[in-house]
Amino acid sequence: MPRILLSGNSAIGEGAIRAGCQCYFGYPITPQNELTEYMATHLSRRKGCSFIQAESELSAINMVYGASVAGVRVMTSSSSPGISLKQEGISYLAACQLPAVIVNMSRGGPGLGSISATQSDYFQSTRGGGHGDYRTIVLAPSSVQELADLTHRAFDLADRYLIPVIILGDSMLGQMMEPVEFHHEVPRRLPVRDQALRGAHGRASRFVKTFTSKPTELEEINWSLFRRYRLIEKKETTCESSLVDDAELVVVAFGIAARIAKGAIRKARSNGLKVGLLRPVTLWPFPSEQVKKTAARTKHFLVFEMNMGQMVEDVKLALDGAGEVGFYGRPGGVIPTPSEVFRVVSREYYQRGLSIER
Amino acid sequence: MKQVYRRPHSLKKAPFHYCPGCGHSIAHRVIAEVIDEMNLQDKVIGIPPPGCSVFAYHYFDVDMVESAHGRGAAVATGIKRAFPQAIVFTYQGDGDLAAIGTAETIHAANRGERITAIFINNAVYGMTGGQMAPTTLLSQKTTTTPYGRSAQLEGYPLKISEMLALVKGTVYIERTAVSSPANIMKTKKAVRKAFQTQIDDLGFSLVEILSPCPVNWKMAPLEAWQWIEKEMTKEFPLGVIKDVTGK
Repeated sequence: MPRILLSGNSAIGEGAIRAGCQCYFGYPITPQNELTEYMATHLSRRKGCSFIQAESELSAINMVYGASVAGVRVMTSSSSPGISLKQEGISYLAACQLPAVIVNMSRGGPGLGSISATQSDYFQSTRGGGHGDYRTIVLAPSSVQELADLTHRAFDLADRYLIPVIILGDSMLGQMMEPVEFHHEVPRRLPVRDQALRGAHGRASRFVKTFTSKPTELEEINWSLFRRYRLIEKKETTCESSLVDDAELVVVAFGIAARIAKGAIRKARSNGLKVGLLRPVTLWPFPSEQVKKTAARTKHFLVFEMNMGQMVEDVKLALDGAGEVGFYGRPGGVIPTPSEVFRVVSREYYQRGLSIER
Repeated sequence: MKQVYRRPHSLKKAPFHYCPGCGHSIAHRVIAEVIDEMNLQDKVIGIPPPGCSVFAYHYFDVDMVESAHGRGAAVATGIKRAFPQAIVFTYQGDGDLAAIGTAETIHAANRGERITAIFINNAVYGMTGGQMAPTTLLSQKTTTTPYGRSAQLEGYPLKISEMLALVKGTVYIERTAVSSPANIMKTKKAVRKAFQTQIDDLGFSLVEILSPCPVNWKMAPLEAWQWIEKEMTKEFPLGVIKDVTGK
């Protein structure tokens, strides 16, 4: 298939349709409206598919819950304040072990915040987000192509592990246009998921529920969730590393911040500074092993995020004292340039007395 | 010997946990009888709410999914859109449908979703211990209106069924009660008609059932039945509120 120019939001929409997404329920909020509009244009009239502009994010996520119960691939999208509202439904999806894809084209917070790009929803995304003891898989793309690819992967992961999957982007990723290539055709018809509720035809009736009056039963449910989470950690943790082999300083960044960091690292390399990059693609499960392994080569880390320091906690937990971790963050929707990050990287590099290639 | 009475097939062989005199058991049985008679047991997906009837899936022998509080109409929408062949009903209380779930209910109704809401109105929050509901009558005492509901402080009983009748997507709305054998029969007829409306793909249907909660009303079961007929029906008159099914 030829490469086409698409915005990040549209690329998710097209990626979702090609992954066999049959239902999409959304609610307007900037900066993800193009995705809702894409689904209104391209999904709503498709045979066997459904699009609803819901009356609220709460309704949208509960429609997602219903469609997932009925066994089809389903997606919703929103941005930070709307994602907060969806947390009720995400908790229920997690409890019922129902697959769904939830896109967060995040924006500045707290409160209504701003519509500019930030990464301040890292904690909310990677710690479950709603009430109760659960996790969601969190994918953090850093280009439009990766948005398209990870959207497909998100549906596969959701079905394989019966878990809600969050795609955590930001307004910059959602809005920018890049060439993108899709590797899948729209599937003719996907099989209905096992255990879907479609009426007790030719089988005993069954039910999907979260409530129990027995703490021991709930404890077992939580244990079984976390057994699956251990499996996901083992099998699905993904991290990109670049120029790490000879690096004396390793920058850890995700999403659009990693893209900015790459520019900074290129500049650093051309100045003889041996700087590499670790970019977690799955924020949960977090690539703790990769971070730890990197510490066998160098002790020097710099975490760069567009927030006041959230992923940096996971880096420190992963290193468990085995590395020296610096942090640089810009909150509020300010997008630093590669030159700015380069200045921070080189200052850190010199202050730590690391060797320079001449 | 001719069998004249038995447990409906759509009810499991499980004893109800409801309090003596509670209306849920009657409503459950009425719905199950209709499902049996309309031969829908293998097509129905029911959506019980949090609350006293959260365990409805232990009683109904049909596919069921528990909804978050108030979100029944949204969950039903998702199911029906994903699998339109299903016959989908929500089972919701007054707090669930007319307070926390007002938005979901009105907008699902306005879209004319092909779903049926069974709306149990007992004028209190039952499971949480008898707090004021949107449908609590004026001067009715509850644990959160210990001096009686005052219009000035707590507003008026909300007539959500009448409100929904104004919405174009609704096709059939009737208010019934389970306070006498005659009213129970009318309830059954209404539930049947509501399901038929959905089968005929006409739009949103709702049956509001005035239902006794003797424990939280602090009444004996018989007294509770009488209170429905004497007091509740003054505020919530029984009968068809809207019917544009043309049938």
